[in-house]
Amino acid sequence: METILFLAHTEADGGLAKATLEALEAARALGGVLIAGLVGASVEAAANSIAGCGASKILGVAGEAFGESRYSTDAAAAEAIAQAANATVIVAAHTSRWARALPGVAQRLGAAVDTHVAALSADLKATRWYYRQRIEGVIERAARPRVILLDSGCAPAYAGAPGAAAVELVNVEITPALQRTRVIGKQAPKAEQQTIRPDAAILFVAGAGWTKKQKDGQTHVADAGKLILDFIGSANSSLGSSKSLVDLSGEGQAVLPFLSHLNQVGQTGSTPRHPKGLATCCHGEEPHVVGWRFIKERRAVNLDANCGWARGKADVLYVADAFAVIAKVNELLKAKS
Amino acid sequence: MANSYQVVVCGGIVPDPLQTLEPVAGPAGPALKNEMMLPAVLDPWAGHALYEAAALARKFPGSKVYLVSLAPKAKLQQVMMTIAQRVPLELVALDGPGGGFTDSAETAAALAGAIQGIAGLDRSKLLLFGGWESASRGAGSTMQMVAERLGIVDQFQGVDELQIGEDGSLRILERVEGGQHQVSVCDAPPALLGWATGNLGEPANNAQVGMQNMRTIMPSLQKAKPTQLKSGIAFASVALPKLQRETRIVKDASVDEIAKEIADWAAAE
Ligand SMILES: Cc1cc2nc3c(=O)[nH]c(=O)nc-3n(C[C@H](O)[C@H](O)[C@H](O)COP(=O)(O)OP(=O)(O)OC[C@H]3O[C@@H](n4cnc5c(N)ncnc54)[C@H](O)[C@@H]3O)c2cc1C
Repeated sequence: METILFLAHTEADGGLAKATLEALEAARALGGVLIAGLVGASVEAAANSIAGCGASKILGVAGEAFGESRYSTDAAAAEAIAQAANATVIVAAHTSRWARALPGVAQRLGAAVDTHVAALSADLKATRWYYRQRIEGVIERAARPRVILLDSGCAPAYAGAPGAAAVELVNVEITPALQRTRVIGKQAPKAEQQTIRPDAAILFVAGAGWTKKQKDGQTHVADAGKLILDFIGSANSSLGSSKSLVDLSGEGQAVLPFLSHLNQVGQTGSTPRHPKGLATCCHGEEPHVVGWRFIKERRAVNLDANCGWARGKADVLYVADAFAVIAKVNELLKAKS
Repeated sequence: MANSYQVVVCGGIVPDPLQTLEPVAGPAGPALKNEMMLPAVLDPWAGHALYEAAALARKFPGSKVYLVSLAPKAKLQQVMMTIAQRVPLELVALDGPGGGFTDSAETAAALAGAIQGIAGLDRSKLLLFGGWESASRGAGSTMQMVAERLGIVDQFQGVDELQIGEDGSLRILERVEGGQHQVSVCDAPPALLGWATGNLGEPANNAQVGMQNMRTIMPSLQKAKPTQLKSGIAFASVALPKLQRETRIVKDASVDEIAKEIADWAAAE
């Protein structure tokens, strides 16, 4: 029987993120002996929140230094917990923090590691994507230990009642070598407004067409910016972009100042997960559309009836002028709210 | 600022993203149909790492950029024809499989071995660069394992910016959740930076750089070490997703009709 270690780091508020609770639910579904391992500035609150998860014990590494997202201390903590748990399988959420630390921990443990796992079966077959979401593979490994990082949105989140949990603390010595890096804090990109909202129900994608000459022979970039931000506000959506549009922004042209490469969706951008997506003034070329793999319902507005979206990439393509359509949509959405 | 750096960039090659990819069963597990025929490019995020490395080397005279690449030699040579025109570098080539269905641990072992073989490498100047994820395996795990093998525990992933302080410290922006960056400061090299897009465009072609590079690139390709990877991965299936949707094309509808449909859809639970 496998010994499953569910490994989690706490968030700034001491709790566990949704993605982390999803990984816990996936770990619970595997059967076997479950051990939980928590890393954070303090881990009691997180331990209590998962007191009913069925773990045979909860191990913890706690202290100020472990409240930060930092490779050196995260790897040391995860390694110590993995060793104390003597687990055959380690399941964790693919957060930026664990994605940075756990592959190196696998190296230390002599473990195999599978990242960006989108589904995990009870017999440990892992589904993951290759070539930027273009090919789907299902993989098995005989090697143990095996570290598995689960992408968010792929399993239901654990929702058991909180309780009082006992944490067995594991000591990790903080040597100077672990403290060569100091975490200063977080910063949002230059944009005044936070436009990337991973939990939004809808993703609005802006393409380079918004900055191109329109039927009057002129560009209307200021109008475009306003229409886009109005939509983001009234539909409470997240903002994505094609590469062409953010590249233009980067080249200092008179383009949309609230866009950065962080908004870029696609081959060399992100692959966000949202129930719905609306593409506007974006041609729907393959390197862009691979970033839409996890967008369930897809609609597009484009002047060109032969754009990429028409070829089986969207559910609905509206052949129309996005300036006119989005202005009207914004009006209607404002009236609804 | 008397600092200089040895920037070792790990970067593989991947099929040009505009190509159609189809998985097939190969002798050593899954492969791409006509893999050797597909035009290849430098893995995009590793490419950003290389351009950032070149910019850093320009800023700190006496610095040197190495590109360590594991790929089939013939394909790597094709890609180097373009890359060599852009960035002064020394190539360390490994001749082996560069596809996405290999195990990152094996790739990491090969890359770390090659880096350890670079003569005169000085840890106090060493910046290990790579892409934060490849466009092939997309695992984002290779570089951490390379760095571990080299004993580097100051590691950063999804890096968009590196600034060197007056005191030689490294101020780094990493992508984190929710479209934000984490800001960290690392005392000094050695450090690993897995780059995301960064802030630089592709450097322009420079024939002189190309000529200089070619003098060393061809010999490095010739002595590229044959490298085999044994994978612990068994593939239960490898398939293209069901791509095609039934696209309903709405033409000749009025703006009002279209807007109403979109607004209702967007607002629906
Ligand atoms: C290595 C590599 C990596 C890449 N990675 C990515 C990636 O990650 N993400 C990405 O997006 N791309 C990526 N690309 C680029 C991709 O191939 C396309 O070039 C890009 O997506 C095109 O962007 P676009 O559709 O916004 O612009 P365009 O191709 O310029 O399309 C503009 C569209 O706007 C429409 N339009 C104009 N005015 C209006 C209007 N008033 N109303 C409605 N429609 C209008 C036009 O009909 C046209 O379809 C990559 C390419 C390469 C080679």
